[in-house]
Amino acid sequence: MAETHKTDLLVIGGGPGGYTAAFRAADLGLHVTLVNADDNLGGTCLLRGCIPSKALLHVAELITEASEARTYGLTFGDPKIDLDALRGWKDNIITRLSNGLSGLVRQRKVTHLTGYAQFENSQSASIEGDGDIDHVEFEHAIIATGSRPIILPIFALDTPRILDSTTALDLDEIPKSLLVVGGGIIGLELGSVYAALGSAVTVVEMTDTLLPGTDPDLVKPLETRLRQAFSAIHTSTRVTHIEEVNTGIEVNWEGEESKTSKIFDRVLLCIGRRPNTDNIGLENTDIEPNDHGFIEVDSQMRTNDPRLFAIGDAIPGPGLAHKAAYEGKIAAEVLAGEPASFDALIPSVVYTDPEIAWVGLTETDALKQGRKVDIVRFPWAALGKAHAIGRIEGQTKLIVDPYTQRVLGMGIVGPNAGDLIAEGALAIEMAAVAEDIAHTIHPHPSLAESIGIASEIHLGSATDVYMPKK
Amino acid sequence: MATEFKLPDLGEGVEAGDVVSVLIAEGDTVEIDQSVLELETDKALVEVPSSVAGTVTEIHVNAGDRVPVGSLLISVEEGEQQAEPEAEAPASVQKKEPEPTARAPEPTPPAPRPPAPASNGDPIPAAPSTRRLARELGVDLTQVAGSGPGGRISQDDIKAAVRDRQTGGPAPTAPVQLPDFSRWGNIERQPLSKVRQIIAKNMSQAWQQVAHVTQFDRADVTDLEAFRQRNKEKAEAQGAKLTPTILALKAIITALKTFPQFNASLDAGANEIILKHYYNLGIAVDTERGLLVPVIKDVDRKDILELALELGDISNRARTNKIGLDELQGGTFTITNLGSLGVGEFTPIVNHPEVAILGLGRAREEATVREGRIEPRLIMPLALSYDHRVIDGADGARFMRKIVDALENPELMLMGG
Repeated sequence: MAETHKTDLLVIGGGPGGYTAAFRAADLGLHVTLVNADDNLGGTCLLRGCIPSKALLHVAELITEASEARTYGLTFGDPKIDLDALRGWKDNIITRLSNGLSGLVRQRKVTHLTGYAQFENSQSASIEGDGDIDHVEFEHAIIATGSRPIILPIFALDTPRILDSTTALDLDEIPKSLLVVGGGIIGLELGSVYAALGSAVTVVEMTDTLLPGTDPDLVKPLETRLRQAFSAIHTSTRVTHIEEVNTGIEVNWEGEESKTSKIFDRVLLCIGRRPNTDNIGLENTDIEPNDHGFIEVDSQMRTNDPRLFAIGDAIPGPGLAHKAAYEGKIAAEVLAGEPASFDALIPSVVYTDPEIAWVGLTETDALKQGRKVDIVRFPWAALGKAHAIGRIEGQTKLIVDPYTQRVLGMGIVGPNAGDLIAEGALAIEMAAVAEDIAHTIHPHPSLAESIGIASEIHLGSATDVYMPKK
Repeated sequence: MATEFKLPDLGEGVEAGDVVSVLIAEGDTVEIDQSVLELETDKALVEVPSSVAGTVTEIHVNAGDRVPVGSLLISVEEGEQQAEPEAEAPASVQKKEPEPTARAPEPTPPAPRPPAPASNGDPIPAAPSTRRLARELGVDLTQVAGSGPGGRISQDDIKAAVRDRQTGGPAPTAPVQLPDFSRWGNIERQPLSKVRQIIAKNMSQAWQQVAHVTQFDRADVTDLEAFRQRNKEKAEAQGAKLTPTILALKAIITALKTFPQFNASLDAGANEIILKHYYNLGIAVDTERGLLVPVIKDVDRKDILELALELGDISNRARTNKIGLDELQGGTFTITNLGSLGVGEFTPIVNHPEVAILGLGRAREEATVREGRIEPRLIMPLALSYDHRVIDGADGARFMRKIVDALENPELMLMGG
């Protein structure tokens, strides 16, 4: 039976951006309706992205660490991988977290609809789903529809041998050989998982470096390790043709000096994501997505349609869950009349082994801008904790303003970089000068200590590093 | 040898500018003093002359970039052509006294920096909770100087900024929440040009700070106009245009010398009046980019012809964006002439931190009673606005009378100097 439902705020999309916006708005007293295409809440991040990939990366790290323990005089047998059990464990994590979200939806009395929403105009949307409600009228809406992997036409073969980040996480099988197309964050993370599980992984990347745009000194320790873990890494290389053959997928690629053809069991495409803004009826609103399909917003997440807000992967910027969630909060608070505005830094993390993380100004950007900065590098080879865990390839880097001594950026490569970077984010948000960090006691031994030592180096005297007097 | 050309010190208070256009291309040969960039600063549009010579190997900025003083602009490969020694001094935009040697951006002690350090795109140096407080109170953090290390802005700094605003101190204006105008019809948003932003800031500052009073009077300028007509051609023969404004400049000088409190500024913090022993008069000029006020220095020491030549030159350059920063600074009193646009009476706003401004209206022939007879006379309306904190109404009246007398008796004024 068709039914119209009225609400203060309609949130379209139940990912980290959408549910955060819905919860915050409900906490601020709005009547909120959340519509989500999937039965389960959590969006790409929880269902087919960050969380399952981090679970599998954890497994990958365990396997690698167990094998490396040989050098400490600790020998384990080769791992026996029960793929069904592993998949079950991963799915269980997702279910538990997703159920948790459903519970929070109920507690906050958010109306939760399952289906696809399409704008009819700036005040109403149709809902295509199994529920009774097929029509929602709203005062405001937040578009949090997220993104999906890009499949270029040349890869559009109808075969289970072609994977994207979603199907790769389904863990159908462990292919003997896997080609990862795209040496960005997702490609390297998933490549690492499959390599640890036993696949022979090859990476091709179009640009001349892995993780394009990331500071080269941070990429280097990772690249060194990946070159051992993977069968091959080809940069400055593009795939020219692929075809399914009996034994797998035949791939032709062209490097700077050579052309190669090779057969792989599976090919994993990680060449980017595109926003889900094409099937939601934007043509019936005043919103016109830009050339890449993104919805432009101001710092309060307002679109050019006064009733509509947009957040997360649907708007420009890095496609990161923590960005989407922050934006969701801003949008909800602005709707509730609070003076919120997006002016925060977005930390970036690559959850490979070692991890790479950075926040604020990067060395690459400083260089590009011709900006004078002081750069302090502290190599973990002088860090006790790094020796204790057998990982001395790491590095902590600070970017400091030479005039104000303010910390402008931080970059870290090494295990747990993603956790460590939070200190950098806080330092920059609080407008800390290097001295503030140096005069903060960092626990010893710890990896976080590297941040304190880097700040001491900036001041000119660090216990763990001899610095000749100038 | 490769050399780098960085954005030189542009003069007092200017920390950065927006690149309007790049006037050279990679591969070009540049010479010393050749203009390489057009830069729009807080004060004016200026051309930046190169202090290096050679072949341009790289241009590090693009139109639209905001570049702080000291930023790398271009790299130049020096050929045989050696840079002359004086080229070491950064070419200041104006050819005034030579600047000190190149300001290498050396780490200077973090002295309290003037506000608006956010121009380089760095995050505002304030904690998230502080930034939220600022939004709540409508304080623009780019206008707040932080008192903490590295210029960090505290919640106390913000509260002080609000107090300043309430007590008429330096006042960042709170953005007013506007209704959604598109509800009533189509609208269009246009960015404010830099000049317009500066005008808006200066005007609201003047409006908030100055206790404005405007007095009107009328001067019989029949004889003055006759004088002007008699001498117009003589002036033109020398390339100068003898306008009513020029003659008014002289009248103002006479009045300013008699009433020095009109050639002054108020230092409210110190409870002092700053009297200036020089007479630099600003002249409001209507340009395509908006109102500019070029300043003629030492008006008291120049004769009519010199003033006419200089005013012609300076207003022309103001209109063609060739005006230098220091030509817009240092005024002690301002004159604005809307008469040429047909306006009779109006109330000018004092060009703060000056304390008074004279507006000239359009002179018209009127039937006037003189010695019992009705005579057609040319009458010019005058409007004098002044800061009542510094100047009393009676002084305003006397000052105005002095100007009227001078305009009505041109021979006396011009003879008396």
